[in-house]
Amino acid sequence: MSDATANQLLTTADGKPLKSALARAERRARHRAFLLVLPLLAFILITFVTPIAQMLHQSVYNEGFTMHTEIGSGERTPIMVNIKEWFDQNPAGTEPDEAAFAALAEDMKTLRELRAAGSAGTRINYERSGTRSMFTKAARNANKLEPPFKEAFIDLDEDWTDPALWRVMRDASSAYTMNFYLAAIDLTKSPDGDITSVAQNRQVYVTLFQRTLFLSVLITFLTFALGYPVAHLLATLPLRYSNLLMILVLLPFWTSLLVRTTSWMVLLQSQGVINDALVGVGLLGDENRLQMMYNQIGTVVAMTHILLPFMVLPLYSVMRPINPSYVRAARSLGATSWTAFWRIYFPQTIPGIGAGALLVFILSVGYYITPALVGGASGQLISNLIAFHMQNSLNWSLAAALAALLLGGVLILYWLYDRLVGIDNLKLG
Amino acid sequence: MKLKSVLMATALSGVALGAQAQEVTVMSWGGAYTKSQVEAYHKPFTAETGIKINSVDADNPATPIKAQVEAGNVSIDVADVEFSDAVRLCDEGLIEPIDLSMLPAAPDGTPATEDFIEGALQDCAVGSIVWSTIYAYNSSNVDGTPTTIGDFFDTEKFPGKRGVRKSAKATLEMALMADGVPAGEVYDVLDTPEGVDRAFAVLDRIKDDIVWWEAGAQPPQLLADGEVVMATAYNGRIFNAAVAENQPLEVVWDGQILDFDLFVVPKGAPNKDNAMKFIAFSTDTQRLADQASWISYGPARKSSGELVGLFMDGKTQMGPHMPTAAANLENALVNNFEFWVDKDAELNERFNAWLAN
Repeated sequence: MSDATANQLLTTADGKPLKSALARAERRARHRAFLLVLPLLAFILITFVTPIAQMLHQSVYNEGFTMHTEIGSGERTPIMVNIKEWFDQNPAGTEPDEAAFAALAEDMKTLRELRAAGSAGTRINYERSGTRSMFTKAARNANKLEPPFKEAFIDLDEDWTDPALWRVMRDASSAYTMNFYLAAIDLTKSPDGDITSVAQNRQVYVTLFQRTLFLSVLITFLTFALGYPVAHLLATLPLRYSNLLMILVLLPFWTSLLVRTTSWMVLLQSQGVINDALVGVGLLGDENRLQMMYNQIGTVVAMTHILLPFMVLPLYSVMRPINPSYVRAARSLGATSWTAFWRIYFPQTIPGIGAGALLVFILSVGYYITPALVGGASGQLISNLIAFHMQNSLNWSLAAALAALLLGGVLILYWLYDRLVGIDNLKLG
Repeated sequence: MKLKSVLMATALSGVALGAQAQEVTVMSWGGAYTKSQVEAYHKPFTAETGIKINSVDADNPATPIKAQVEAGNVSIDVADVEFSDAVRLCDEGLIEPIDLSMLPAAPDGTPATEDFIEGALQDCAVGSIVWSTIYAYNSSNVDGTPTTIGDFFDTEKFPGKRGVRKSAKATLEMALMADGVPAGEVYDVLDTPEGVDRAFAVLDRIKDDIVWWEAGAQPPQLLADGEVVMATAYNGRIFNAAVAENQPLEVVWDGQILDFDLFVVPKGAPNKDNAMKFIAFSTDTQRLADQASWISYGPARKSSGELVGLFMDGKTQMGPHMPTAAANLENALVNNFEFWVDKDAELNERFNAWLAN
């Protein structure tokens, strides 16, 4: 090569510098690669990130007492504007005076016209039970309300002077609130704004969170205790036997969840297969049949079975490549079979245990259909109450707050797991 | 080219067909009750108008309505709901007002507004049946004969599991009646905090023996399987299991709670006009009477009463199985819809907490 060509920039056939042409080509390739993942990214954004963000927003935002949205036309009208103004002018704890009741009466007329008393009352009813009817009644009679308004409201219902009700209305007059999170852990605000527990006979969520956590840990442990030996057997048997065994693990995995749950109902009910068999061989009297369903036992048994493959499969995938000569070497060096297992084999399976346990635990924390079918009253999990608030009571803000707490709990556990075991040690297969 | 044009033609005709095929989605309670509606209303309606009916079921159709309308995605055109739910949905503007003048008159010319029994016509709802919550028992599993509502809550006298609807409504009233509160005073008592405590105290007696059900088809199943010895149920479901399927089930009418089921149209229903047509068609004198020959629920029109005769098996008289038969009304409670419109959320909240603890 001559000096002249060496000093010249390398160019492509059409005379552009090779370096920039190369960079452009690479950039194009990168863009093209990005275009390939774009559908997935958009999919995740639309179906995962947005709903979760919306849910989190819903848990701190409820405009039931501030805005009326006309169904169909979508027209939005602010409601309860007069009373909100009164709240803004008077500090919390002020005794509601005639001006307050006059403002309330004015707002009731708006509610009547918009037919919004039901939804506004429902918002207050979430925090103060039994108040919904006060709103529908007051709105029905809105045109008959005359000064002095305070007396007029007391005539309708003497609870209208209840300071607790006014505290709730003050809170609800701003759409942003943390009260649903308080409600989600059985707390409420007293009339002067202090945070207190709700009445004993209304406490439910803390109990359910604890039960969900306890049952999930129990189910995770049971799937581990049952799944570990099976996975070991699968990993060490000659391939032709282990494939057959694998089918037995996978077959239930491929069967519909509902089918598996209802088959457990057939087995567990008091006139079911297991009880009939026990009575048949004389182990049980006919009148002492075991109650294995519609309680926690039902939930634990059915969920353990349904979640078992999620433990077995990661364990198997970790155990399969473990070289058997390590254990043999340990044995030949004088280790007992227990030491060889515990110090040599077991540590190599920890990534599989971690993955399986995390999978089973997270799935069972959010499990819904199985406890609903076989759990009775005592086997219900927190997700059943979330479903109740989504579908029946339609208190979506409370459902969102409960779900957000559940999500937060799982994230904390995930973080703990990362600190203790290390997320790099997770092996799903 | 040829293939392409064929494909195009097929696609186009598909579109054209889709535009022509009219349909109505009707949501009901499933099981024997939906079947009675399919036989008495849906089939004749499709035969006469050519409008196809999609029949879908829910444990309680009032719940999906609220959820669908609030989410702005309504797929139901007609739903069959309980009285208090109809009134509440109407109050909240979640269902369409219904023009009652479209309802056909009775055969003798009595206008619909006078022909329907009192309360069955509402601003947004048209009643179809009178039904009741009763309790029933499996006679092959019970020693003796339960006769009063008190017997249901007495597991010493009649040991065994009880099936109860997982809802505060009807359950609390039955508990109070079992505790000796006369039917006429039940709602006054339940309106006080002490009354609610009293009802839960009665439920506490059998709490450990209760199997909760949610869908109306469950209690006859639970009773037939022997999973429970007694269960609260919708009376028509027990009737069908006992008469049509020969199960040894008996109804106890003492302490029954009467209620209406009404047709409503959710706000934003995709086929509103056809939905109204369906309601007018289904609630005429003959259809209501026809339905009563498929299940033992009383028709909501007075003029249908005399047309009700035999069950579909051709030999069972329907009269004595109706909740409104004189002999069955001796100690009966009429569901107070106003009470439940106001108290539903509050009492269910308490009920849920009671269940979980």
